[in-house]
Amino acid sequence: MFLIHCPYCGEDREEEEFHAAGEAHIARPLDPDACSDKEWGDYLYFRRNPRGFFRELWVHAAGCGKYFNIARDTATYEIHGSYRIGESFAVPGESEAASSAGKSVSP
Amino acid sequence: MSIDPVYLRANQRHRLADGGRIDRDEPLTFSFAGRRLMGYRGDTLASALLANGVRIVGRSFKYARPRGILCAGVEEPNAILQVGGREETQTPNVRATEQPLVDGMVTRPVNGWPNADTDLMSVFGSLGGALMTPGFYYKTFMFPASRWETYEWFIRRAAGLGTSSKLADPDRYDHMNHHVDVLVVGAGPTGLAAALAASAGNKRVLLLDERSEAGGSLLWSGEAIDGVQPLQWVADAVARLDANPRVTRLAHTTVTGYHDHNFLTAWERRDDAHALTGGDTLPGTRQRLHKIRAGSVVLATGAHERPLVFANNDLPGCMTATAVSEYIRRYAVVPGDKLVVMTANDGGYRAAFDWMQAGREVVAVIDPREDPDSSIVQQAREAGITVITGSALVEARGRKGVTGALVAPINRLATFVTGDTRLLACDTIATSGGWSPAVHLSCHTGSRPVWDEEAIGFVPGPTTERRFAGGSVLGHHTLGECLAEGTDIGLQASVDASMGAVPEHAVPQVPVPQVMSSNTTEAPPMALFSVPHPKPASRAPKQFVDFQNDVTAAGIEQSTREGFESIEHVKRYNALGFGTDQGKTGNVNGMAIVARALGKSLPQVGTTVFRPNYTPVTMGAVAGAHVGELFDPERYTPMHSWHVKAGAEFENVGQWKRPWYYPQGNESMAEAIAREQLATRNGVGVLDASTLGKIDIRGPDAREFLGRVYTNAWAKLAPGRCRYGLMCGEDGMVMDDGVSACIADDHFHMTTTTGGAAHVLSWLELWQQTEWPELDVFFTSVTDQWATISLAGPGSRALLAELTDDIDLSAEAFGFMDFRTGHVAGIAARVFRISFTGDLSYEINVPAQHGLAVWEALFERGERHGLTPYGTETMHVLRAEKGFIIVGQDTDGSVTPHDLDHGWAVAATKPFSFIGKRGMQRSDCTREERKQLVGLACTDPNTVIPEGAQAVRDPGQAIPMSMVGHVTSSYYSAFLERSIAMGVIKGGLKRKGESVYFPLADGRTLEATICDPVFLDPEGARGKV
Repeated sequence: MFLIHCPYCGEDREEEEFHAAGEAHIARPLDPDACSDKEWGDYLYFRRNPRGFFRELWVHAAGCGKYFNIARDTATYEIHGSYRIGESFAVPGESEAASSAGKSVSP
Repeated sequence: MSIDPVYLRANQRHRLADGGRIDRDEPLTFSFAGRRLMGYRGDTLASALLANGVRIVGRSFKYARPRGILCAGVEEPNAILQVGGREETQTPNVRATEQPLVDGMVTRPVNGWPNADTDLMSVFGSLGGALMTPGFYYKTFMFPASRWETYEWFIRRAAGLGTSSKLADPDRYDHMNHHVDVLVVGAGPTGLAAALAASAGNKRVLLLDERSEAGGSLLWSGEAIDGVQPLQWVADAVARLDANPRVTRLAHTTVTGYHDHNFLTAWERRDDAHALTGGDTLPGTRQRLHKIRAGSVVLATGAHERPLVFANNDLPGCMTATAVSEYIRRYAVVPGDKLVVMTANDGGYRAAFDWMQAGREVVAVIDPREDPDSSIVQQAREAGITVITGSALVEARGRKGVTGALVAPINRLATFVTGDTRLLACDTIATSGGWSPAVHLSCHTGSRPVWDEEAIGFVPGPTTERRFAGGSVLGHHTLGECLAEGTDIGLQASVDASMGAVPEHAVPQVPVPQVMSSNTTEAPPMALFSVPHPKPASRAPKQFVDFQNDVTAAGIEQSTREGFESIEHVKRYNALGFGTDQGKTGNVNGMAIVARALGKSLPQVGTTVFRPNYTPVTMGAVAGAHVGELFDPERYTPMHSWHVKAGAEFENVGQWKRPWYYPQGNESMAEAIAREQLATRNGVGVLDASTLGKIDIRGPDAREFLGRVYTNAWAKLAPGRCRYGLMCGEDGMVMDDGVSACIADDHFHMTTTTGGAAHVLSWLELWQQTEWPELDVFFTSVTDQWATISLAGPGSRALLAELTDDIDLSAEAFGFMDFRTGHVAGIAARVFRISFTGDLSYEINVPAQHGLAVWEALFERGERHGLTPYGTETMHVLRAEKGFIIVGQDTDGSVTPHDLDHGWAVAATKPFSFIGKRGMQRSDCTREERKQLVGLACTDPNTVIPEGAQAVRDPGQAIPMSMVGHVTSSYYSAFLERSIAMGVIKGGLKRKGESVYFPLADGRTLEATICDPVFLDPEGARGKV
């Protein structure tokens, strides 16, 4: 069971207080109506699900109710850090290929 | 209790006259398989059985061979017993080697038919492996399938380990949470040294050990430490730890799981005695599950001795060398009279010395090493012990126990026998094939153990956890090494727990306990797992690898010949390590045999990983206090007590208890709901709708936000007005619905489905927090703050008028979809004129604490109006008569608003591309033959089509038929005096008037006409009076 740092509460809390909400930094296209079916399908359904470095959206469901991001390793379950929505969080050694940036559909 | 000491001695014929850590002033009685036996406090069940000369403790799982006690600790595969004096408190598969003896304890073997001494099934065991090879059950009992039930009876009778009680467990169990800086697992020399070091710096330390007392191997072996005897050192260490308020030490507590981020579970046996003896349940906690979050974890879990694999190595009387020493020195029990030791390392010789010191005969020590040049071998020879080197014990002889050992010279690589065998008479065989570090916990978080050539065993692999390991778990077995490593990792762990913020000089100085060096020379151990036999494994008597699952060397070799090469496959095919002992004694031997058969090295074959739990944990401990009423929370509305008094039957909706219907007298359910329907349609009914999800939405951007998450328009909804809203996911599928009211321009009251309340709130938060943080809007769940009373039926206005004097209820002043504030029965209320029945209806919301009072006030006035309470079943029928959907019943996550013919609730022209808009425009969502919600009128108005029935267009089509949809809602309408149904049918909206058919499992085929789902009052006149 994970021990997760909530960047809003400022505390390490048990995983059972949180829910995972999928891959982080999937931006909603600004003009959905201009998207092709394929682009919209990519935004809706396709996720990278990598083995290794990953950024995820979590919510402190049984706590402050805030959504935030976690940078973690899906193989070792090591959590590099958690950060608020809108903040950036650099992890040393995170390769460009393993980064979740560039995934989201451009508007 | 006073028992004649002469009798006690006569009874315990293998008990030494003195010595051991047992309390001879406290004799205990217990029963095994109906026999009354004696032991002492301090005994384990196993040591007491051995003291009484009990050799056979059970029959083996597959071949029903007699089995005796093999080990002295947690790794024991054979001595697993059914323990308990009462059906409801008994426990199966208790390891006798771990179970402290309790006065009056009742025990029996878990198998054996008719009993363990004489088992009729053992015919399989003596007929040889040819009859029951690996995969025997798969291969033999496959055909014909019709005989399976017969086979199953036979198999279950033949196999099986223990029985579970079928009665409710009356005992108490609980859970306890711990947050500590350092958790030390194992209180042997390494663990004690680590705990002493870790606690020196004022850290919170938790020290757990599965045994009844701390000390580990020091309880029966070891040299002087810091100039005092090992047991004295243990006592001093324990006293220091126990005196430290920052240290918690628990015995009888097995760490069973090592989970992510240093979260560990431990299982503590507390007040077990009553359950073991059949006495009454005590008020205390029988067992406890500890949940521990540790800054650092120290694994001082030690190692398990590997028995050697040789022919008939399962005969009672074959034991590990360590077990022999431990029984003699810790419990003063000598398991026999004449011992043969077979050891591939120096350590095994200790069993011979201990045996000799107990005054019994050591027949010989067999050592496969050609010329082991070590002090201990020299000492053995000097003591007059026959040491036979370059040889192996190839076969045990005996029927129900060891009577002899067959010894033969072997080649240097121990791969074949090089000369003639000779028979040594003996009754006990002690073997040591080396040590398997207890790496189990280290594997639980996904770290694979790695082979250590020097230790001849797997040691913990790399990890990302803050974990430290030392002592025998690393394959380091000398006492000096263990104490030094324990001290070192204890210090490291305590520093690491504070995230390295401690400067060097602040690290406490802890001296390493010193062991007197005796200047001994050691000979390297030999990597011997399976001993060669003059005959090949397939023809020699059985050579057991996994005792609990009856896995043999021949079986493993056969499976490699059958093409199983991956250790993961061999393991599953043979069930190697699948027993309750997880193969603690057998796994490495099995892998070595696979390696030999495949011509690979052991690291090439690799190891399988261990998973939680390290030892079986009782379901009682897992459940803790979460049983009975506390199993799952129940949610009650403020009017719950009224419903109970009114005799309501309840329905579970999530955790809510909702009145389902209110039977009167001897009414059946059908009669009750017919009465409720008619009373509501013709007069006035009332429903407790408090479980509806309610969300208070405030902020200048509340209206804009609603427009983005609902499919319909919210820009022009005036204060004092309500609107039905549909909510979709981004995929365009209906997710939730409900009525929301505009209280002020920046304040809305949203309702959701009962089941969707929590999800909708987090959905709203998700969008506001992650996509539109610029929108100034806040959401608060108010589900539990408001009691909601839904008054429905043509008589509702007249009744409500009697209870309010500040709300004008006239149709002109308070129209359909309006909302007003005022007082009902003297309580400030929000009243919504909305309807889920199609009739005139008011939904009265009052603060929850007044819900019951208002409900009762309605009934005080309601009697002459014929006010009738109705439950969820009537609610379902009344709404279905009007074609109102229930999200989750008429929709299933693949239904768009257009599929529901709810295009009127989709405002495609809204400026913002609301959630779901783009999704429902995907080509797949706009094709014609989608399943669409329609009404279904059964041609027989008295027949209700079963919900879930599949529709076909051609009832004569051959199977498999083409299914075109299914029924989602189906009831008998008392008001319409006919059956009604809704369902989703492919292309249904353009097929109204056509027939579909429902072939049912019982052979009937029903016909229904596709129609509009609004069966009652399609003009909507009834609701707008």
